[in-house]
Amino acid sequence: MDLLYSIFIDPFVQMWQAPDLLVQTLWEGLVAGMLYSLIALGFVLIFKASGVFNFAQGIMVVFAALTLVGLYDILRHWGVRPGDLAAFLALGITIVVMLALAWGVERVVLRPLVNQPDIILFMATFGLTYILIGGGQLVFGGDSKIMIAEDLYLPKGPINIKAFGGLVTLQKLDIAAAIIASVMVVGLSVFFSKTRIGRALRAVADSHEAALSVGISLEQIWVVVWFASGLVALVTGIMWGARSEVSFALDIIALKALPVLILGGFTSVPGAIVGGLIIGIGEKMTEFYWGPVMGGGTDAWFAYVIALVFLLFRPQGLFGEKIIERV
Amino acid sequence: MLAVDNVSLSFGGVKAITDVSFDIRKGEIRAIIGPNGAGKTSMLNVINGFYTPQQGRITFKGAARSKMRPHEAATGGIARTFQNVALFRGMTALDNIMAGRSLKMHKNFFWQLLRHGPAMAEEVEHRKRVEDIIEFLEIPHIRKVPVGVLPYGLQKRVELGRALAMEPDLLLLDEPMAGMNLEEKEDMSRYILDVNNFYGTTIALIEHDMGVVMDLSDRVIVLDYGRKIADGTPDEVKRDRAVIDAYLGVAH
Repeated sequence: MDLLYSIFIDPFVQMWQAPDLLVQTLWEGLVAGMLYSLIALGFVLIFKASGVFNFAQGIMVVFAALTLVGLYDILRHWGVRPGDLAAFLALGITIVVMLALAWGVERVVLRPLVNQPDIILFMATFGLTYILIGGGQLVFGGDSKIMIAEDLYLPKGPINIKAFGGLVTLQKLDIAAAIIASVMVVGLSVFFSKTRIGRALRAVADSHEAALSVGISLEQIWVVVWFASGLVALVTGIMWGARSEVSFALDIIALKALPVLILGGFTSVPGAIVGGLIIGIGEKMTEFYWGPVMGGGTDAWFAYVIALVFLLFRPQGLFGEKIIERV
Repeated sequence: MLAVDNVSLSFGGVKAITDVSFDIRKGEIRAIIGPNGAGKTSMLNVINGFYTPQQGRITFKGAARSKMRPHEAATGGIARTFQNVALFRGMTALDNIMAGRSLKMHKNFFWQLLRHGPAMAEEVEHRKRVEDIIEFLEIPHIRKVPVGVLPYGLQKRVELGRALAMEPDLLLLDEPMAGMNLEEKEDMSRYILDVNNFYGTTIALIEHDMGVVMDLSDRVIVLDYGRKIADGTPDEVKRDRAVIDAYLGVAH
């Protein structure tokens, strides 16, 4: 009885009695979820346009962040004195690097493998992962680095709000992250729905051959999507790096994107966002309210259990297209 | 306008097209017919650059080529429709047809983001053309409907609209009337003739319905097992012994 009580009654009593803690937990879940959403978004962009499941997306986050910090160090070393100047110069160069990466991936990996089975392309992105890890370590060293949050004018420190009969603490950085992420998502959706390239992108996502027949160049579109997801990776890398540190251990979070994608659907941008938030919030809530009963550590597996449940009952995800294959 | 010289195409050991030559004259309607598996669609794919033939040469508007990317064919003025409708299913009929104009839009990307100034004017201009096409194909009522939910006959019409929006010199139609009822077939025939008359577009089409082919086309080429067995006006082809054998079989 005690067990049932602590699973079905007690957590809700706690939520009711200490709403400030509930809000705090929700907020932290939201922040974590946002980062999951961003990583999943990078996957979705590439998957929609080219049908490639890009295993390297997680490492692209690390690679982007590492390039940014590494370039900053180099610039400082060369004598670019004001920290903010060096930071924004490094940011600019990193964006160029991501563009070069997108172009290189299209030329060297995707174009020669066009029309190959999906699994081959998937394996190619697997290889890309290790090239990025190796290349990043070769150039910038393998030790973990500190994100240059201050020089990029990202705010620091907590804000305490007296509300809900207690104190809710919000990190300024998290608020900034939320704003930047929303701006980026809105920007991307405007880009997709209102511009010619955006229309071409949706066209490619719908049918490759039809897109070719109206003169859309697949190569160009691939560069655009890989660049777009490279930018998403950069933003994710900055935010995640500012919360902890920049190291290759970060790529673990990429695995979290998988349940997010299963939840939201592989081809849906809103799905990636909603899925990420659900997983983030669910994870934190479970850990805080139900964790003690189960001996803690629930956030290691919670997302995957949710994904399993979805695979059983709604394999196309919340927003995904229904999969109907004709035989 | 287009000349195909001694083209051969094979997939591994399977020969799809063997040593086929023919030409398409400016302003005509050219039909490609033949039994199933005769290589008709492969021929179309060769013309529009989806397949690269192992042998032979294709001359389009005076320029010879052996290898070409599909999107370059589109740039050069070749538009096509597909046997199994290939539309952008998630988009509306209007957006699908607008996509056909993507090659004709040139304004800089940043203007597009702003949606003002030159880009806006350009968009309006293209939209006008597209509205004309919608009017012409008599589909104004489905303008805002996602094409995925439309009946098959209308999807075929939207697909034709998308090809027309490219203002092509050469229009390739892969079985434009497959799966249609009599009334829809008559409509489609009328559109094809009108396109040919009003816009002067050269058309190459694949079709199974013999009646339609004989009524529509100026000249007909007949393929069987990847070889050309006849070429001429509908009347000539109809009387050709090899064609009759291919369609009805040979008595043993």
